[in-house]
Amino acid sequence: MSEGIDEGLRRELQQQGVWVSSMQELYNWGRKNSIWPLQFGLACCAIEMIATAASRYDIARFGGEVFRPSPRQADLMIVAGTVTKKMAPQIVRLYNQMADPKYVIAMGACAISGGPFKQGYNVLKGIDRYIPVDVFIPGCPPRPEALLHAFMELQRKIDEQKLSGANKAAHLDQEQPSEFPVPSFGKHDLEPPANSNVFHPPAIERA
Amino acid sequence: MEGLEQIKARIEAAVPGAIVEIVQNASPSQQHSLKIDNEHAHDVAKWLHGDPALRLDFCSNVTGVDWLDRTVKKTVKVKKAVDGEEKEVSETTEEKIPGYIEAVYHLYSMTHKHGPVIIRMRTADRAAGARLPSLTPIWRSAEFQEREIFDLYGIQFEGHPDLRRILMWDEFEDYPMRKDYREPDDYEYEPTPHDDVLERAKRYYTPRPQIDGAESIVEPLNG
Repeated sequence: MSEGIDEGLRRELQQQGVWVSSMQELYNWGRKNSIWPLQFGLACCAIEMIATAASRYDIARFGGEVFRPSPRQADLMIVAGTVTKKMAPQIVRLYNQMADPKYVIAMGACAISGGPFKQGYNVLKGIDRYIPVDVFIPGCPPRPEALLHAFMELQRKIDEQKLSGANKAAHLDQEQPSEFPVPSFGKHDLEPPANSNVFHPPAIERA
Repeated sequence: MEGLEQIKARIEAAVPGAIVEIVQNASPSQQHSLKIDNEHAHDVAKWLHGDPALRLDFCSNVTGVDWLDRTVKKTVKVKKAVDGEEKEVSETTEEKIPGYIEAVYHLYSMTHKHGPVIIRMRTADRAAGARLPSLTPIWRSAEFQEREIFDLYGIQFEGHPDLRRILMWDEFEDYPMRKDYREPDDYEYEPTPHDDVLERAKRYYTPRPQIDGAESIVEPLNG
């Protein structure tokens, strides 16, 4: 994990009672164990999210127990449920109001693709059309274990982030955007229907 | 509760000029309804609400139905002189019925524990004439549901206290529950397309004439 020191040497030193670490490791260790989610739910997935936060599944075991009602104090946005086109601009605005570093989990079939409402007129076909998503969880709704798994995946992702160098974390790179344009209500659909800088759908192939 | 025939007769006696028609429902539910004319709708509704025997004080549901323009073909046997001989000839006449939008109200009585009595109103057409009198002044519970009909079917309810869109945003211009509504074409990859989704998917396939033949080329949607 640590940069600039041989892993074997590090383990050997640790056996002798000398603990060697790096700033990056300490920094990421601290961040990954205190991810505060933003407290909001959109549909039935939110019920599973609430169950995950409650005592039986207990997201506090992973350091995510402090659901913040303000985007200014939150690190993680769990998009739990159906994002209607009427709600989508508010979600993007909330994301923009969150302070860096910030992460997004798209929870459930609706949040990742529109789910059963995909062919409808009023549901956004996935929140990844407007904001970058770190972890997608399929399911309708996903069980609390799935949300915990996504949370652990996110922790793994944070742990691997670099503080410096060419491929450093997005929130440390001044050139990476931290805010994304909020779509506006059009006459027939949201305008634009997707942010082409963020959304890269797979090419359509014949079945 | 009394039958619809009796209610119809009593409405016509109580509200002079009201035109009430019984709309038959041939389905197993047999829920026949009363079609009331728009001009007297408010008075008829007020009478239904206040009549001591009916006392329909609770409007549980209001919804819309979209009826497109349709042509009805009727075949009538007519006696005609053909070659000096009288023969029975079947003649087909086409009747064009212009489309309209219906508002359907389901009424119950909390006082007498009976219902439902179903009343319908029809708009003149599906465009500028899509107007109906609001029954919100009589049944307060119709307020949001009439707004929903306005939002999704586009019926203007005259006399409604607060007629705004309720589900879609204010800038939205279409009426999504109308049968001729076409949603914005933001088709996305679908792993198992079927039926009309498959038809839509085909428009996004890159043509492979050398494999599938020339007929695989589908006209683009906006072409």
